[in-house]
Amino acid sequence: MAELLTRFPRRRMAVLAPLLAVGLAATACSAPGADRSSTAESDAVVKTDLGTEPITLEMYAETGFPLAKALADEFSKQHSNVKFNIREDQFTVIVENAPRVMASDNSPDIIRLPTMVDLVKDDLLKNLDPYFTAYGWDKFPASQLMQLRVGENTRGTGSLYGMGLGYSVTGVFYNKKLAAQVGMTQPPATVAEFEQLLAKAKTSGVQPIMQFNKNTAGINFPHQALQNQFGDPTQVADWIFQKPGATFDTPAALKATQTIQKWAQAGYFPKDANALDYAAMVGEFQKGNGLFMFNGDWESANLDKSMPGNVGFFLFPAETAGGKHVAMSAPNTFGVSAKAKNPDAAAYFLNWAHTNAKAREIAVTVGGSSPGGPSDLPVPAAAPNTVLAETLKASQQLGAENGAVDFTANATGGIFAAAITPEMQKLVAGQQTPEGYVKAVQAEYAKELSR
Amino acid sequence: MTSALGSAPTGRDDRVSSPGRPARPTPARAHRRRWARAGGTGWLYVLPALVMYAVFVLRPLALTVQYSFYDWNGIGVARWTGLDNYLTVFTDSDLLKIISNAIILIVFFSFIPVALGLLVASMVRRVTTGTFGTVVRTVLFLPQVIPLVAAGIAWSWLLSSNGLINQTLRAVGLGGVARAWLGDFGTALPAVGVIGAWVLLGLCTILLVTGMSKIDPALYEAARLDGAGPVREFLAVTLPSLRQEIGVCLTVTIIAALASFDIVYISTSGGPGLQTTVPGLEIYRLAFSQRQVGLASALAVVLMVLVLVCVLPIQRLTRGEKP
Repeated sequence: MAELLTRFPRRRMAVLAPLLAVGLAATACSAPGADRSSTAESDAVVKTDLGTEPITLEMYAETGFPLAKALADEFSKQHSNVKFNIREDQFTVIVENAPRVMASDNSPDIIRLPTMVDLVKDDLLKNLDPYFTAYGWDKFPASQLMQLRVGENTRGTGSLYGMGLGYSVTGVFYNKKLAAQVGMTQPPATVAEFEQLLAKAKTSGVQPIMQFNKNTAGINFPHQALQNQFGDPTQVADWIFQKPGATFDTPAALKATQTIQKWAQAGYFPKDANALDYAAMVGEFQKGNGLFMFNGDWESANLDKSMPGNVGFFLFPAETAGGKHVAMSAPNTFGVSAKAKNPDAAAYFLNWAHTNAKAREIAVTVGGSSPGGPSDLPVPAAAPNTVLAETLKASQQLGAENGAVDFTANATGGIFAAAITPEMQKLVAGQQTPEGYVKAVQAEYAKELSR
Repeated sequence: MTSALGSAPTGRDDRVSSPGRPARPTPARAHRRRWARAGGTGWLYVLPALVMYAVFVLRPLALTVQYSFYDWNGIGVARWTGLDNYLTVFTDSDLLKIISNAIILIVFFSFIPVALGLLVASMVRRVTTGTFGTVVRTVLFLPQVIPLVAAGIAWSWLLSSNGLINQTLRAVGLGGVARAWLGDFGTALPAVGVIGAWVLLGLCTILLVTGMSKIDPALYEAARLDGAGPVREFLAVTLPSLRQEIGVCLTVTIIAALASFDIVYISTSGGPGLQTTVPGLEIYRLAFSQRQVGLASALAVVLMVLVLVCVLPIQRLTRGEKP
């Protein structure tokens, strides 16, 4: 082997050089990528009935998110001519695969979507405006679908490109036993009260916050929860929607970052947060390690099962008592591929998921989140004394207060992986200053938008 | 491999060409002979391998080089940018840090396994025969057999804040040292390095033991007659005889260090911060999650050149005749 390796290079070069040259010549002629000139599809006539022909809907859904499959099963039960062929992947895998899968000839009809702006730019997503009109989705609260609109390089306005299978809300889960132990009788009404509880927990030997920060920055949850309260939340939303002139370098973001730094120094986060991933965080919280956990209602059903009666939920409080709640809330976005073979049936399914009584019930019981849809339809009730009932209530309250904002992590395709995660890991480890954090995130944002 | 395949069959054809009959060359046969002598038959044998090699190695390689000159998101129309991507690779402080991480990993993936491997090999050399020898070699080689993903997961449990390593430290009164090894800015990269060293130690040891078994025992006998102790014996006989094996070990492990991906991806995902991000991981992230196929390709080309720059001098140094 030694001989082979040592004698190899020179001969290989002799053989390979011409081959390499041929390969280069063959590929260098044309630029990679294809110009998918957009087809004028938005004025096409759409059908709002399923017909009786057998249809197979191709769906690309997220592993560990059983709602999509449950809805598909129920839909097939109600409409015997429609079958589903479901492919599942982890969300991060879908994020990486979506553009290529949607550009391929086997593009799915319905797909769980990551960020949408790039997909719209590449003409991979179907414009749902015709269906919006045909199905009368204008009866939905406008704020519900706002995050799913994409305009000229911005989000939040423009044409509709997705719908939610469930609309999630985030906030703070708490361990009721530990809460009683530190003397918390009701959820905190202000940020200051929340901080007092953190301090009390710390002094009584209870881990104040259980939060992950490995792989992706879980501490961005509390960070944005603070940022939402410390300033005008429309500033946050504008930044996420890439409105011209929006910046992350705001007093609110800086104050939130300073608070996170303070909490990290005080030991309110786990000492090994940078080595904890999401699953480890949930596991520790279920084991009773941690008074609070910043998370979303997708965990409600799971927590009800693993710590029945011992877990509560509240929306993160405002800075001053009685202030309106602002929280990250986002649809579990599904879109219709531009190359879908059955776009009408796909849209029919999305409309059905929002309006059919049984589908709405499944959204609550299986998905643990609000089903969305027209505001005059009742939200199915969850079992009493469950955290699921609490998160549903919170979701309605947030809707009523019009306090939903998207996640800062969704601002651009790369912002979470390239800036927020590494910089947040540095911040909590004392390797980055709050000023440096805010500037680094904004710099990456500007870099991505300039491309 | 290609060179071995390319030269071997050429002679064989002459031998089997005319079984049992006196050779009377017809024009056709003469032509075939000439073709065979020119290596034609040999090329035919290698053709399937060459086609695979061209389609799955050379073509992607050429495409990578091509993409590196474009600004492309993998789907839409690409824009020619010339050397801009390379300029970014060499000026972006994050990317430079990522490359330097890989270079630091060479110490753990390469130097430590080779040095320890030499030590272990000279110890187990004497027990290479019998059941015990087999057991020793199997145990040492085991990390090579275990999928790297499984090894990464197991090690991240061992190194976690409540893992076995910290439990042991606490048990012996060293609780002050205990920390989340993979999540701490100071220890994350060395901790990843230890995992790599564990994986590659077995490979190096086995290669070196094999090399040692080929050394003529007379050399050791002569050294001992001259009054050499174990250390002198190692320096004067073992080490020089193993020059080529060490060369192979260094080559394989340096490539493993520079092109590392699985261990890092599983154990730290490149964190905390960019502390353990390596080029392989960054190329993957740039291409698939940030959709900068051009920049990812440029980094990949730089990584390939870096591997060649590190490995070719070793090839040169360890070449040469065995004593």
